[in-house]
Amino acid sequence: MEANTRSTGRLPAAFLTPGSSSFMDFLSEHQPEMLPGNRQLPRTQGVIEAPHGTTIVGVTFPGGVVLAGDRRATMGNVIAQRDIEKVFPADEYSAVGIAGTAGLAVEMVKLFQLELEHFEKVEGAQLSLEGKANRLSTMIRSNLGMAMQGLAVVPLFAGFDVDRGKGRIFSYDVTGGRSEEHNFAATGSGSVFARGAMKKLFHDALTEEQATTLVVQALYDAADDDSATGGPDVARRIYPIVTVITESGFRRLTEEESSEIARAILARRLEQPDGPRAALL
Amino acid sequence: MSTPFYVSPQQAMADRAEYARKGIARGRSLVVLQYADGIVFVGENPSRALHKFSEIYDRIGFAAAGKYNEYENLRIGGVRYADLRGYTYDRDDVTARGLANVYAQTLGTIFSSAGEKPYEVELVVAEVGATPDGDQIYRLPHDGSIVDEHGSVAVGGNAEQISSYLDQRHQDGMTLAEALKLAVQALSRDTNGTQREIPAERLEVAVLDRTRPQSRKFKRIVGPQLSRLLAVGGAESEAESAEEEGSGEE
Repeated sequence: MEANTRSTGRLPAAFLTPGSSSFMDFLSEHQPEMLPGNRQLPRTQGVIEAPHGTTIVGVTFPGGVVLAGDRRATMGNVIAQRDIEKVFPADEYSAVGIAGTAGLAVEMVKLFQLELEHFEKVEGAQLSLEGKANRLSTMIRSNLGMAMQGLAVVPLFAGFDVDRGKGRIFSYDVTGGRSEEHNFAATGSGSVFARGAMKKLFHDALTEEQATTLVVQALYDAADDDSATGGPDVARRIYPIVTVITESGFRRLTEEESSEIARAILARRLEQPDGPRAALL
Repeated sequence: MSTPFYVSPQQAMADRAEYARKGIARGRSLVVLQYADGIVFVGENPSRALHKFSEIYDRIGFAAAGKYNEYENLRIGGVRYADLRGYTYDRDDVTARGLANVYAQTLGTIFSSAGEKPYEVELVVAEVGATPDGDQIYRLPHDGSIVDEHGSVAVGGNAEQISSYLDQRHQDGMTLAEALKLAVQALSRDTNGTQREIPAERLEVAVLDRTRPQSRKFKRIVGPQLSRLLAVGGAESEAESAEEEGSGEE
């Protein structure tokens, strides 16, 4: 029956069956093998070698949120890619940055973007920011089997909450557990160092420009102490990806803008290698 | 013993077509027009929530006249088809032509299968290109045929009359305000040729705007933006009609 309806070129019955507004739900009924979570992995010895993305940082400021990531992907002690992109728009008012196994993470982002877009088209309205964050949780949970084999994906989700009028950040663990982060957050191998930097630099009244500078400072500090995180590569003109989400939507800083921030920081670091100092008391 | 009546295939199809056409004619017509920067969808729709036009994919829009639950079903089927195709291959591999073919097959199978009642819908699938030459508009009547249209198209009960009105007046390279004005004029003509007023709040307007920076080109035009566009178009039409009146008096 199924094969028959497909061969006529007619939309299969599943397409015309009223049901959920979720693309993942539709896929799990119609073509479950297409869902990344349903993939069966053979039993393997040890950890599978695959490129890993490293550090993502996010910081809120009055009126929005900034999400940024470095550009390095590593495989063991080798730099797998110098210009990887790890921060993506999820939809008009949110973005997701990914640390962990790059291949799976990029696929997850693609499906997540589609999930949000699909809902919006079917329902004629956007999901709430909370709803989006929960949806991402489900996706990470479906990847748990692979996470146990060393192929974990740990994203950072940031968005502008249109209902509350402010930027919010959500972090996740490998089991899909999500928690809202206040003020700033980081994920990935360099996150401990980035978080330390942000803790010292953050305050409640940051402007958008200050917030974008802050995240690049934090990424610099992460790269300073974590070999898997890449710093600004002036020679190759590879700069961190910085995105800003405000009431007017998602915006990614142009290469020119992010290079300007990175170069200004580099210039200051030549004089003061450890970066800006916080007051002792 | 009862013998079933013999109905010739021609008669059966004619009956089904008439049934579908009558259903479609109960609703209001809508029009789809090319303008300089894209494609505009205009229809009379008192509902704010139940749309006649919607986004299917990046460059592809959907318009439907007829029975709401049936075209809504087809619309969601189309969104699922497009999203699945884009997910499997690439976003560029989702095309209006492909979607129109799938709709045509679906409508055609339903129309000619004796077990199902024909759908009382008429669809338009439009894709905006990088240039006006790349625009594609397909009209899909209830029986699953498919018509490749250019410039302007009308579907619904009063479609023939509106189409001929549009064909005479539509030009390539119109601005959005001009195209909108023409569309509203076409829609507000009754069968006997008299004009009636359609207030802005009863109009549903959407565009596929090729100049939008986002990859998703579909956008609804509502509220102040719609009133502004109508005002621009209106001012021009007043000026024109004043000219016409002037020339008539001479």
